Parts: sequence; C-alpha cells; structure tokens
Amino acid sequence: MRVWRSGGLLALFSSWACADSRFDFQPAQTSIAQDIHDLHSWLMVVILVIFCLVFGVMFYAIFKHRRSLGHNAKPFHENTAVEVAWTLIPALILVVMAWPAAKVVLAQKDSHDATLTIKATGYQWFWGYDYLDSGFGYKSKLVTPRSQIENYKSAGDAKGEHYLLEVDEPLVVPVDTKVRILTTSNDVIHSWAMPAFGVKQDAIPGFIRDTWFKAERTGIFRGQCSELCGRDHGFMPIVVKVVSKDDYKTWLGKKQAEAKAAADDPNKTWTRDELIARGQKVYEANCVACHKADGKGGGPFPALAGSKIATGPKEGHVHIVLTGKNAMPSWAGLTDTEIAAVITYERNSFGNKTGDFVLPKDVKAARK
Amino acid sequence: MSAATETLNPAGHADEHGHDHGHDHDHGHHASTGWRRWVYATNHKDIGTLYLWFAFTMFITGGTMALGIRAELFHPGLQFWQPEFFNQLTTLHGVIMVFGAIMPAFTGLANWMLPLMLGAPDMAFARMNNWSFWLLPPAALLLIISLFVPGGAAAGGWTLYPPLSIQGGMGMDFAIFAIHLLGISSIMGSINIVTTILNMRAPGMTLLKMPMFAWTSLVTAYLLIAVAPVLAGAVTMLLTDRHFGTHFFKAAGGGDPVLFQHIFWFFGHPEVYIMALPAFGIVSQIIPTFSRKPLFGYVSMVYATASIAILSFMVWGHHMFAVGMPATTQLFFMFMTMLIAVPTGVKVFNWIATMWQGSMSFETPMLFAIGFVCLFTVGGFSGLVLSIAPIDTEMQDTYYVVAHFHYVLVAGALFSLFAAVYYWLPKWTGNMYSEKAGKFHFWWSMVWFNVTFFPMHFLGLAGMPRRIPDYPLQYTDFNSVASVGAFCFGLGQLFFLYNVIHTIRGGVGKAPANPWDAHTLEWEVPSPAPHHTWESPPDEALVKKGLVAQALEH
Repeated sequence: MRVWRSGGLLALFSSWACADSRFDFQPAQTSIAQDIHDLHSWLMVVILVIFCLVFGVMFYAIFKHRRSLGHNAKPFHENTAVEVAWTLIPALILVVMAWPAAKVVLAQKDSHDATLTIKATGYQWFWGYDYLDSGFGYKSKLVTPRSQIENYKSAGDAKGEHYLLEVDEPLVVPVDTKVRILTTSNDVIHSWAMPAFGVKQDAIPGFIRDTWFKAERTGIFRGQCSELCGRDHGFMPIVVKVVSKDDYKTWLGKKQAEAKAAADDPNKTWTRDELIARGQKVYEANCVACHKADGKGGGPFPALAGSKIATGPKEGHVHIVLTGKNAMPSWAGLTDTEIAAVITYERNSFGNKTGDFVLPKDVKAARK
Repeated sequence: MSAATETLNPAGHADEHGHDHGHDHDHGHHASTGWRRWVYATNHKDIGTLYLWFAFTMFITGGTMALGIRAELFHPGLQFWQPEFFNQLTTLHGVIMVFGAIMPAFTGLANWMLPLMLGAPDMAFARMNNWSFWLLPPAALLLIISLFVPGGAAAGGWTLYPPLSIQGGMGMDFAIFAIHLLGISSIMGSINIVTTILNMRAPGMTLLKMPMFAWTSLVTAYLLIAVAPVLAGAVTMLLTDRHFGTHFFKAAGGGDPVLFQHIFWFFGHPEVYIMALPAFGIVSQIIPTFSRKPLFGYVSMVYATASIAILSFMVWGHHMFAVGMPATTQLFFMFMTMLIAVPTGVKVFNWIATMWQGSMSFETPMLFAIGFVCLFTVGGFSGLVLSIAPIDTEMQDTYYVVAHFHYVLVAGALFSLFAAVYYWLPKWTGNMYSEKAGKFHFWWSMVWFNVTFFPMHFLGLAGMPRRIPDYPLQYTDFNSVASVGAFCFGLGQLFFLYNVIHTIRGGVGKAPANPWDAHTLEWEVPSPAPHHTWESPPDEALVKKGLVAQALEH
C-alpha cells in the first residue's frame, strides 16, 4: 500500500512531486538527471503494476481461502506451464527495462568534449577545487557555525535555511556548458555528489576518476559528501553556483588576478616571524582538523605539542610532512613555501620552542 | 539468561516422554549439569539453544546501538554523541547485527532443527560444533571492549573501507580479530551443516526430498565456506597495511583502495544471501503447514535457491556503481543484478501459489511468514530500483539504501526468525506460547517496522546521505518519524523476550508432539524434543508417510 503511495506520487503527480523534494528527487537541472528521474518514474509504474497483481492475488487468497470460512485445501503443487511463464515473463520485463537504462549509463560515462575541466579533491573534511585550465584553485568549507550544530547543553543558535549545506566559496560553473569533474582525494575516499545534476562520483586517494554535467539553469545547488570519510563526514557539503557565461568570465578574471597576487614570490627572503604567521594560516587550513588548534591531537592523531618530531631535527619533520605516516597523508601537494611555513609554525607553537626555522629552499632540497 | 535456558530443554527428563519410536532412551553421557552442560556442550539441541540465546543477546545489543543512532537523528543538530562516537555506533550496529545476531541465529536454528528434520542423531561433528559456538562470545566481547580502548571502536562503517579503516585506532584491530573469529566459527558451522545434510539423512530421503529448510541451509553453508575466507583475507590485508608496512590498499605504495571494495563485496554480496536463503527455507516450511497444502513448485524452489547462490557471486559490482567503473563493467553488473529478480520472483510466486486454494489459518508463525513475504517483496522492489545503475547514482550511499536493506534484513531475515521461533517453540519447550501475545508481537512489529523504515525511502530520494550524525533541515520530519518508530519497534522486542520466557515457564499449556499438523520429521518426536532423538534412524515407512504428505513422493 505504501509503495502504491510513492508510485502514485511519482507516476501521477510527478510534476507536483518534483516541487516538493521532501518526497522525491531534487528537481533535475541536467538532462542526465531528468533521464534518471524518468527511468525511475517508469520503473515505479512497472513495479506498481506488479505489486498490485502479486499482492492482489495473495490477499485474495488470504481473505477467501481460509479455514475459518470453511475453505478446503486443493493439494495441487506444480504446474509446469505456469512456472515457465512466471520465469520468462519477468525476464522479458527486465530486458525491456534494461534497454533504456543502458542508454543512460553510456551517456553518463561519456565525458568527452568537455569545455571546462575542474579537479575536485576531497580532504578530511572539505573540498578543494582546481580550475586546471585557468591555473587557480581554492578550498570550499562548511560555514555553518558550530554554535548552530552543537546542541549538547542547550538548543544552540537557531539553524539557518541552508544549515549544513552552506560553504564559504562554492564551485562556480557557467550554465549550458559541459563541465568535466575530475575527482581525487588527499586522504580517504570521499564522494562528490550533486543530486540535482544526477552526479555522484567517489574521490579516491591516488587515483583520478571523472564525471560530468551540463547545468541547464543558473542557480545554487547543494549536495553532501556521500562516502563515509571519518568524523566530519556529515559536515563537508558540496555547493555549486551555476552562473551565466558572462558572469563566469568576469568571475574567472577576478579569481585569476587574485591568484596571481597571492602567489608567493620564489625569491622572497623570509624571516622567522613571517614564516610563523603564514604557517599558522596553512596549519588552520590543513592540519587543524586532526592535530587540533592547540596541537594536542586526539584519538589516533598524535599531539604535536612536545612531540619528538616537532622538537627534534628539522629534516625528520620535513620528511614526515612530505611522506606522511599511518593516518597522516603526504602533504607534498602543498607548495615549498607553505610546507616551510607550517613546519616553522609547528616548531614554535603549542609550547614547542625550537627557535629554528625552515626555508622554502630546504623543502625543495628535501623533495629530491 | 541461564536460568531461563535451563528449562528450555531439561536434560535427563528424556525418559518422561513417550517412547513411541524407541529412539529417546537415556544414554547417561549427558550427565553434566549446571555450567558444564553448556560449556562442554556437544548436543546439537544444547548448542542450538546457546546459539539462539547468543544471537538474541547480540540482537538486543545491536538494537540498543540502533536506538542510540535514532536518538541522535531525532532532531537536526548534535544532541547526544560526538560525530566520532556516532560513527562507532553505526559501525558496531552493522557488524553486530550481521555477524552476531542474524548469522548465529540461523546457525542455531540449523543446529536445533536439521538433525530433527533429517532424522539424524546429532550434527556430524559434535565437538567442532562446540568450538564453533564458543568462538562467538570472545568475538562479541572483543567488539564490545573495543568501545572502551583509546580511540574507541572501529568507526569506518561495517564495510571497513580503507584508507579510512587504516586511519582508525586500535578499535579497528579488535574488529578485525573479531571478524577472524566469527569467520572461523562460520566456516566450521558450515562444514558441520554440509556434512550432516549430505551424509546423515533418513533412509529414503534423497536430496530432492529434503525439507526446504535443509536445502537453503545447505546452499547457505556452501556460500559461507566460499566467501568467509575471502573476508578473512581482506581484513588480514587491512591488518598488515595498518601495522606491517604493506600497501595492498595504499595508493602511495602502489596499492589500490578500491581493491578492498572488490574483495569485500565479493564476500559481501553472497553474504546478503547467506542472511536471506535460510529465511526462504523457514518460510517454505511454514506457509505449506498453515495453508494445509504441499509447497508449490518444490523443485523450482531448489533451482531458484541454487541460481540465486550462483548469481550472487557475479553481482558484487552493484555495491560500487559510484567508484567509477568503465561503462561495460557498469552494464555487466547491472544486467546480472537485474537477473536475480527472476529466481527471487519465482520464490515469491511459489509461496503465493502455495497459499492459493489453501485452507489457511493465521497463527503467529504464519503471520510472520506472510509479513515476511509482503515486506521482503517491497525490499525486492527497492532492490530492483537500486539495480538500475543510473538510478543508483542518485541512491548510492543515501537512506534509500538503508531502507532497502532493512526491508530485506529486518522484515526479511528477522521476521523469518520470529516465525521460526514461534513455529518451533512448542517443540523446543514442550509448551504452547500464548497466541494472543504472539499476534500482538507480530502486529506491533509490523506497524512500527514500517513507521521506522518506510520514510527512509523518501529521505533517500530527497538525497540524505547515510552515516551522518546530523542533517539539513528538510530531512527533519521523516527522521523524527523514523526515530519514534524505532523506539517503539525496539520496545516490542522486549515483549518478544517476555513471550519466550513465558512459554518456557509453561506458556498456555502443554504442547502436543505435532501442534500444527505438519509433515516433516521433527514433529514425529515428542514435545519437548528429548535430549537425544533419532538415535536409530526413522524407519522408511515413517519417512515415506511424511514425504507423501508433502507431495514429494507418491
């Protein structure tokens, strides 16, 4: 009966149902998502028909062929024709269903001829986007304040409209453009999912996978990481802002200029204090999730405060950041400057007082 | 617990019960009493009882964890648990329910009932049987203790995907060792079942004349022997990756995290049928009994069971549609998965044809069996939806999947277990359970199960990911409904415990040897079943009588 309800919703009122995403898929924004929703609606109709037939016969028997009505059992127990029929007919129905589904699979997998390629990297616990054709990238992190999330002692602050689905900087893409997303990960497996686009692609450390979409309308669309990735798996949303092609061009120009300005001058002479200040930023962006703001770590993540590595020889410290160990991934993806800065910061914070510092050229040398 | 089980099958009382078939005289070698009776147990009934109580204890443990999950999800925001502990709850809930509750419960039933149904004096390897049970409590303890070690229990989901599971603290190692123990136990239990079924059947009972429950247990046992070592291998590789510098699943050393998923699901999909096939067997015993008709299409049932088992080795990729497989692989796994609907459909049609033109009555076992058929079918439909790879793109790792597998595992495996318990309780205890209480348990479970899990379909369609401790606001209503349902469903299972204890303590009166007018051999021995049964095999005439009544012989 309940399936009937959902089947009915989808089949008869699919346009209405789409308006209320509580019962149904989020409204489709790409032709692939629309194909998927159509497949689903059609499948629900098939299921509904089979459901009515099967349950109809069963409940007819339950209500009519019962001992309390004095019904006597007829001890038949096989009928080859019937058995062959109910093996072959479902098989035929399946073949009919497989055909359109296969077409959508092939379309989903065809990521050729994309206009724009963006690399989406999963981190514990945020996303990084690199515009490979334009030479810049940024991180995209949850901005819902902890005071809204944590209700352990009190009800907490009122939750906003886009609670857990809001980020500081969304992925920006142009409308009506085939965008190819390359997914990978920095640590564990994540999954880049955008329900309204009909896209879900795992991000696997050490490997690149791809998917694509072509958004048909401008707007802001929201999804969430869809592969368990540890503590804050529920707190790394994916937000895509689809803008007009002109707006995209303007935005792209601005981002490129910013990236240029922010790039570290390779010939700059760094002082220890400059490195510490810069290192703190790097630490907050990359390390704080596990090692914590006070450097004390927690659970499987060791403390940096007073650790042998963070207070021992510099070479060992550079080595572990570059290669990783156990739960810690390699951070070789950071620039020489960033690594030098963060190591300097770690060696002179949380009560660590080595007083020394690491220069970008030391990191460069250690990479070889 | 032991006080309750003590009376379940009173040792040494065998001589009080009828001598109709001359197979239940006392041998005196089960003189051990008290704790020795259980620790040194080699009797299949004692071991079966141990398995069943163990499974129930784990069911309550895992259920309590589920309620912890549902409590946190009642409202958006974090109310009770830190996210890391929430992940430990979901992980342990899965591991405990799959390996600690459902699988041991079916092994327990097989232990109790197979020798009785086949006319065998005991399981083939009585001492190994003891060992395979007694490996379970240490494994369960490891899982429980792991909650209290530094870093807490395993928190990577019951699927233990690396690299996340490589990151975890020592709780993960506890889980790995627990899985090793549970795997060894399963393999030994399966060897016992296979050997018993193949060698110890009553004269005249050829393979194609066995009760369906024996068939599904046999196929299940083969599946377990095939895949339990695969899982053991996968978690061993995890262990060496964690501690001994190997790189099976670490890309940095040339390994591949996705390799684990292939190995895990090569185990994991047959595992799904390990939990479903025995349920099919139980339902195939109960529906004919209460329809007062032979099972329709016995032979096609056997073939359907076998084809489901074989196909189950060829569909593991459908758990991985989102990892990014080539289109051809995606299509292969999609087609193979859809194909499973055919033999599964045959089974459902056969059950309905068995009911058709029957003379049905609706005692509690029958209610649970019909509940099973209804809800398992719904779970099958959602499985069909998920098998379509493009639709799975939307559904993968959402609550739709959670809804789907709880329909097939709770309303499927668990309801069939309830049906089995009510069906065979008179045989086990010698007492009749209260029909009123049983029916109340059924309707209560039926209603609250659906209140809990049906809304999850909608949550999944709308895109709510699974395994998250907090969720966006549009998912609030259905989550609250599901949480209320879960607590009520859980409460109902304490009522089940009351029912069972009430029956053990006398119930509503003595049970006759064959309270349901069923035709399989277990109903030919007195109730309660004496400590030793079928010490000399049933004579051919008796076997034939039962087979004729089941329309397996003419």
